[in-house]
Parts: sequence; C-alpha cells; structure tokens
Amino acid sequence: MADLKITALHKYYGSVHAVRGVDLEIPAGEFTVLVGPSGCGKSTLLRTIAGLEDADKGTIEIGGQVVNHLPPRNRDIAMVFQNYALYPYMKVFDNIAFGLRSRNTPKKDVEPKVRRTAQMLAIDHLLDRYPRELSGGQLQRVAIGRAVARSARLYLFDEPLSNLDAQLRDEMRSEIKRLHQELGKTMIYVTHDQVEAMTMADRIVLLRDGLIEQAGAPLDLFERPATKYVAGFLGSPAMNFIDARVVAAPDGLALRLGDGTDLTVPQKRAGSLAKQVDQAVILGVRPEHLSRATQGERPGLARYTAVIELLQPTGSRTYATFSLGGTRAVAELQAHDVSAINQSIELSIDMNRVVLIDPATNRVLS
Amino acid sequence: MMSVPQRRALRLALRLAMAVAVTLIFMFPIYWLFMISFKTPAEIYAFPPKWYPGQINFDAYAVLFKDGDAATVGNSLIVAFFSTALAMFLGFICAYSLARFSTGGQHLANWIVSQRMIPPIAVVFPIFLLYVFFGLVDTYIGVILLYTAFNLPYVIWMMRGYILDVPRALEESALVDGCNRWQVIWKVVLPMCRAGLAATTIFTFVFAWNDFIFALVLTRTEVATYTVQLTHYFGGQSNFWAKISAMSVLGTLPIFVVTAFMQRYFVRGLSLGAVKG
Repeated sequence: MADLKITALHKYYGSVHAVRGVDLEIPAGEFTVLVGPSGCGKSTLLRTIAGLEDADKGTIEIGGQVVNHLPPRNRDIAMVFQNYALYPYMKVFDNIAFGLRSRNTPKKDVEPKVRRTAQMLAIDHLLDRYPRELSGGQLQRVAIGRAVARSARLYLFDEPLSNLDAQLRDEMRSEIKRLHQELGKTMIYVTHDQVEAMTMADRIVLLRDGLIEQAGAPLDLFERPATKYVAGFLGSPAMNFIDARVVAAPDGLALRLGDGTDLTVPQKRAGSLAKQVDQAVILGVRPEHLSRATQGERPGLARYTAVIELLQPTGSRTYATFSLGGTRAVAELQAHDVSAINQSIELSIDMNRVVLIDPATNRVLS
Repeated sequence: MMSVPQRRALRLALRLAMAVAVTLIFMFPIYWLFMISFKTPAEIYAFPPKWYPGQINFDAYAVLFKDGDAATVGNSLIVAFFSTALAMFLGFICAYSLARFSTGGQHLANWIVSQRMIPPIAVVFPIFLLYVFFGLVDTYIGVILLYTAFNLPYVIWMMRGYILDVPRALEESALVDGCNRWQVIWKVVLPMCRAGLAATTIFTFVFAWNDFIFALVLTRTEVATYTVQLTHYFGGQSNFWAKISAMSVLGTLPIFVVTAFMQRYFVRGLSLGAVKG
C-alpha cells in the first residue's frame, strides 16, 4: 500500500502558481528524492505534505487517510529542516526528546529511545551539550535524530545538507542512506543537487515549474530521459546538446551537423527517426560517451575530428572542451588522452547511447 | 615616547577614571535622596550642607507608615503589577498574531505603535470625563485599564520585533513534532523571546510606576499612587523635605529590586532590539 498518495495537487502563493497539478504515489519504505532547480515547487510540495502549507486544490493521503484538513501534528510525520531548527535553549538530549515528549511518550521510554537514536547517529557523547557548542555536521545529526527518534509513517527532509561543506555532505549522504536501510521507513527528500538525488534515491521525482517532469529510478532517468530538460539536469558535466538535421545516407540515416559533418545513425535506432528525415533534431551526447577514437571501426561509433579549446584535468579524468558542429561541447577523456590545447584529436561518439530530441516539443524521440 | 603596553595601560586608566566620574555624577542625587530621608530637620537645612546625617534617623519613615501614606506605594505596586501583567499577556498574543499571521495586513502594526505617540495630556481629560460616566474614577480597575491601554502599543511593537526574530522553522518543527499553536508559543516562542520579554516587562512596569499625570487626574484617595502622594508634601508655606525624600526612597526601592534581579536581561534586551543579525 502506498504511504503517500497525492492527487491533482495545486498550491498558489498569491498570484504565483507554485505547484500546478502534481500526481504522486510513494510506496511504503521507499526513499524518494524530489529534485529540481530552485523555484520548481519541490519545497512547497514537501511543506504541503507536512501540512505547513495548505493545499489549494487536490488531495493528500497519508496511509490511506486524506489529511488535507489535519494540522501537521496529526499527520504522523517527522521532518528535518534545512537550517537544523534545533531549540537553542535545550540540550541535545531534550532536543531529541522533544517530539517524544510532546506526544506523551511514557517517561520511562523517552530516555532509552533518545539514547538509542543518539548511538545510531554517533552523537551519544553530545547529549549534554547545547546546540551552540556543536559543529554544523553535528547539528545536522541532532536534527536528524530528533526526527527519527519517534516512529512516524513518513519522514520528510527539506534540503538537509545544503548548509554543510562538500566533505561533510558526502559523509551525511551515506549516513542518511544507511539510516533509511536500517529503519526501512518511507522517506521523502528534497534537494536541488542532482548528485544527491542520483546517489540517494530509490526513486527520483524531477520537478520543473510546479509539475513533475519525470519520475523513476535514478538510472532510468539518467539513461532514458523523457525530455531535454531531464537529460540536461542529470549528469555532471551536463549533457551536450547539438543542433542537427536528419538526412538520408547511403547506408541508412545520418545526422548532419552545422559544420556539414555526417554522423551515421546505427541501424537499430534508425527506425524511430524514419519520420524525421529532413527535419531538425537535437542531438544529446553525454561527455562520457565521447572518447578518443581507437584503431578500427566498431559498430555504433561515429568519428569526429575535434580541435581542443580548453582542458580541465580532474586527476582521474580530463574534461576537454571543443566545438561539435558549431556548438561548444565537453568530452570526458582519459587523463592523458590530450596533452595540449589547439591539438586536433579524433573522437568517437557512442551513437547507441545518444538521445535524440524533437526541437518542437523538447521531448526525447524513442 | 611611551611603549605600546604603557599607552594601553594609560588609556585603560583614563577610561576607568571617566567611568567612575560619570557614575558618581549620576549616583549623587540618589545618594542625596537617601541621606535627606535619614536626617533630622535641622540637618536638612544646615548650611553648609552636611554630607551625611549625624545618625540614621527613621522618623520620616515612621510618620509615613503611621499616617498610612506609605500605602500609596502599595497602590502603585498593585496597579503597576496588574497593568504590566495584563499588557504583557494581551500584547504578546497580539504581537504573535501580527508577526505570524500578518493580521491586519502590513499597516496595522504601524498604526498600533502610532497610538503610543499621542501625548498623555491630550487624552487625559476626555478619559476623565469617560471615567466619571462609567464610575471608574479612583478605582484600581480604572487605573489598571488605562495603564494597560497605554502600554499595549509599546508591548505589541517590541514583542512583534522579537517574535519576528524567532526562526519560523523552529515553530514549524514543533508543529510537526506534535504541538498545537498554544504549545508552540509556550514551548518555543516564549523561551526564545525571554530576554525581550524581560526588557519589555521592565519598561512597561517602569512606565506605570512613574506615571504621574494619569494618576493625578484619575485618582483621589482610594487608589492614589505614590507619585500623587508626593505632591501633597509640597506646601504653600513649606516643603516637607523629610517626607518627600522618605517617600521617594520607598518609591525607588521596588525598581531597584526588580532591575537588580533582571539586569542581565535588561542589558541584553536593550541591544537585542537594536542589532538585527
């Protein structure tokens, strides 16, 4: 059974239509990440689920019960806030115990529950301190502890890691994921960071302008994006988009780029393009699907001679910027594939893994 | 040339000397007030003035208590205490509503504080006529209501500022964790506003305590406050300096006690409102 079911949800802030008809079903025990750029409505959606905002239209069901008119305290949820929201005048112990106590947990049960939660998050040595005596990472652990100390049906996380530095963020990411595996509870996590979304989610819900652009398992979204937006949002560095035209070639179909180069389309993908001959398409290539060409032909690889304009070595890989059919593009190459800029290099494009997008609708052609 | 540590020491010494001098200047009238209250009439009028009484003499106090004049300090305490409590309670919940639910839109808060700008003298006689009509003249209720009304705008304005400084997420977190609005106010907002509450309470109390003009017009004998009683000692023929000073001492003591206990919050409250982080 679904722990959360949202039907045709709308939310307005004055004249701003922040959530514009969202349908969403989240199965019990799943870790769902709501991701999207700022202003896409993801936080509003989460706050509406929590009851901190009222839904203007549509229904929210938690555990099969419509909760639209219930105050937050009766929705059986727990929430972690971006800026920790710890009570500065209470010790860590009392912060974690707050939710238990306000729900009239028997006194004798409070302490063991707090201690167990603190152990799980490795903050049991901090229980006697005040929040002002803790570091950012510790504060976030306490904030998470306060939410998970109590057993709720739904756990909500509103960008909990965005105040932490990069290293701590990595650490907390795995911590939260581990916590989810341990507790097996339904969790909804909001972030604008696609890396966080990819690494943590059982399922990603990608929002844009108050609507769900696409939802699914991380790798599904990554490998089979439905729209140009999804293709460009996930992945770092982002996918390259190049304007092209479908042309008939001696051995099937090809994509003609702005500089006149033809890239042969593999046979098995030509079917979907048959109707597009002589029409414009957008070619989407991920940087990792461009590589230095090796000797000999391989099916599905197209060759392109590029002049490297910019090099960004990261150590294990090197990002090379060049012009692909008149558009600036990035290739993720082996560290020593290129040594200097202005060097001419033969690249191969994995045509089996590119996405082709209809420029009129921005939808991916399947 | 002086070395740097020397110069630093000199600067510190100058500052200390300055602070001591200023403190002495401000403390002197209070010292003088206390001393007069302990002097005999001969010592009060002695010239050159005597810096301290020959012996501590409680005659002036004894007279005040025997004649029942000291009861006016009790009246002051009653009206100040209840009007402060009432103004703080009403003002706080009103401020919460303004801060969190934007009650009355953007301008209600400004309009409320503008009420505080009315000079008391401009309204005291209309209020007197109204009080005569309602039979509120010279009653505790009458004075308490008026002080409450007069302090409310100030309390609302101050508390609204302090409440706005409480991060919303703290309240939301408590709402999710099982509290209703009243519990949120009690468990989160009040503790977060402690310093502001204390400072505002003191100011409100001091206003009621110091008020003269309203009390003069609206009280007769039953609930006359000590500030009104004081004026009775200024006579056409002579001024009763011993009584004046003794009564002033009695009137000053409660404020001393209150401020001593709340000094920590007082100082913090003053700077809190000023610097918004």
